[in-house]
Amino acid sequence: MTPLAALVRKDLKLYFSNRRALTITLAAPILIAAFFGAVMGGPPKKPTRVPVAVVDLDKSPVSREIVSAMRADSTFELQELPEPEALALVREGKARAAVVVPAGFGEAAPRALFAGGGPKPGIAIHYDPSQAMALAMVRGLLAEHVMKAVSLAAMGPRGAGGFVMPFTTDTHEVTGRVNAKYNGYAHSFAGMGVQFILFMGIELGVGVLLMRRLGIWKRLRAAPLSRGLLLGSRIVSGTLIASLLLAGIYAAAILVFGVRIEGSVAGFVLIAVAFAVLTSTFGLLIAALGRTPEATRGLAVLATLLLVMLGGAWVPTFVFPEWLQAATLFVPTRWAVDGLEAMTWRGLGFEAALAPVGAMLAFSAVFAAIAIRRFDWEEA
Amino acid sequence: MLQARDLWKAYGSKAAVVGVSLDVAAGEIVGLLGPNGAGKSTTVSMLCGLTPPDRGTVTLSGLPVADEASPAKRRIGLVPQDIALYEDLSAIGNLELFGALYGVKEGLADRARAALELVGLADRAKALPQTFSGGMKRRLNIACALVHDPDVLLLDEPTVGVDPQSRNAIFDNLEALRSRGKALVYTTHYMEEAERLCDRVVIIDHGKVAASDRKEALLALLPPDKRTRTLVRDASLEDVFLHLTGRDLRD
Repeated sequence: MTPLAALVRKDLKLYFSNRRALTITLAAPILIAAFFGAVMGGPPKKPTRVPVAVVDLDKSPVSREIVSAMRADSTFELQELPEPEALALVREGKARAAVVVPAGFGEAAPRALFAGGGPKPGIAIHYDPSQAMALAMVRGLLAEHVMKAVSLAAMGPRGAGGFVMPFTTDTHEVTGRVNAKYNGYAHSFAGMGVQFILFMGIELGVGVLLMRRLGIWKRLRAAPLSRGLLLGSRIVSGTLIASLLLAGIYAAAILVFGVRIEGSVAGFVLIAVAFAVLTSTFGLLIAALGRTPEATRGLAVLATLLLVMLGGAWVPTFVFPEWLQAATLFVPTRWAVDGLEAMTWRGLGFEAALAPVGAMLAFSAVFAAIAIRRFDWEEA
Repeated sequence: MLQARDLWKAYGSKAAVVGVSLDVAAGEIVGLLGPNGAGKSTTVSMLCGLTPPDRGTVTLSGLPVADEASPAKRRIGLVPQDIALYEDLSAIGNLELFGALYGVKEGLADRARAALELVGLADRAKALPQTFSGGMKRRLNIACALVHDPDVLLLDEPTVGVDPQSRNAIFDNLEALRSRGKALVYTTHYMEEAERLCDRVVIIDHGKVAASDRKEALLALLPPDKRTRTLVRDASLEDVFLHLTGRDLRD
């Protein structure tokens, strides 16, 4: 056996012989990705009804028609309440919004429908600011129901059922395949896979510091091995371990959570390997810059969490401010997460894998160069 | 066999080794004695190519012992001061790994077993070092430096923290190696170890060689009125301890 093969075999044996640690390394990303996937998109599922309260201070036929139309709307889970109770419900977070139809609305609104018909009556919408995304939906659907009820009242029998939306919308999810539903697990598994494999990279780096402390590094250095071989073997074994872990995590994603590689399989493999190389060079960087295993582990975990957060592993990067979205192009994890998503649910072809692979390998080269330059070879 | 000529090494402004020269012949044990921080470990690191000297040379049978993958390093075995073992690899696994790193391909398993046999651990080949006593770990630590059958063995305080039985077994191993023609450099704090084992002693202090000669010649360096102290005692507490508790290993 060559020295390189012996060193790599040793690293793999030591890593995979610790069954308990291995189980946790695999189980943690799968469980957390399952949770994130379920709450942030998850598999195709029935839409949830939005809890809304309505207060009818008018009690006119127009307001009754509005309340009745809202009740019939399957988007709402409607409760008709007196105003103080409706506001209390919003404050407690049990309703997203409370719609208050004022007294006199049924009389004023039909007149206001025409130019010069008098002042427009106001409908108050009290909403939960922590659920502000629901406001636009409530406002849009309310407009539809109010227009229908008010136009019917304004035009009488000529209205023939009142104004209705003169068009319908037909929505389509743009995913890897025609008619394929978006699977939120594809994002969460990319994010959590990247996060936990980087944690494994930290352990690879800290492992070198521990070897130094135990004197094993001195013994390795005393052997007739070049520096390139010693560091190169860590890159090879780190890449193999990271690739195998990513394969395990995605096996669970595919078999249990229905994630599919809708794009290029070769592109997916290439991105996985490039990320594995990135992980092992990240570990080497930690070994080169770290001093004690304990202090290094803490700082490296903090750095990893920042990288992962900015890389869009927790929440997609489109929710970031524009400047931050541009800045995260210089974060290697962004390329990993985007690349894995491109090959899974986005269903993009092999050529879409080339940019993420190139970026990750470039980051790897920079990490390795800094590590080699800063590595302390001096043995007292 | 092993020659060091005018070795210098400094860490920052602190001089660790100042012009050390020494020779070790085949079938000889040379003791390297000195107080803490005297420069013993740095000297050993330079002898095995682990630390490049700022000045001076180390050669093994005329071949330079340079840094990195120097071929001369294949003929040197290092027993570090720490117990430098992979605790989660079996004893035989450690030996096969370090053998492979020194380029041993043919008969690696046989050599590993022979090294275990030599240090009295043949029956624990498949056990993990984490289950070993301190003395057993020390012996395995030595075996890992022997598996590639080196011509020169450098031992940096190899008996720290071991019981008298294990220490005695280690001495027996080292004497067996000397009789096979190996050259040994033995670093220690314990004078009685040097007295028992070493053919020649090099005393280092403040990074310099304070004296280098055979034991008898070194004793002659003492003023006559101080030599008697070394002659009156013909037995030690360790002799009594070994007499009462026996020389058999207790692992």
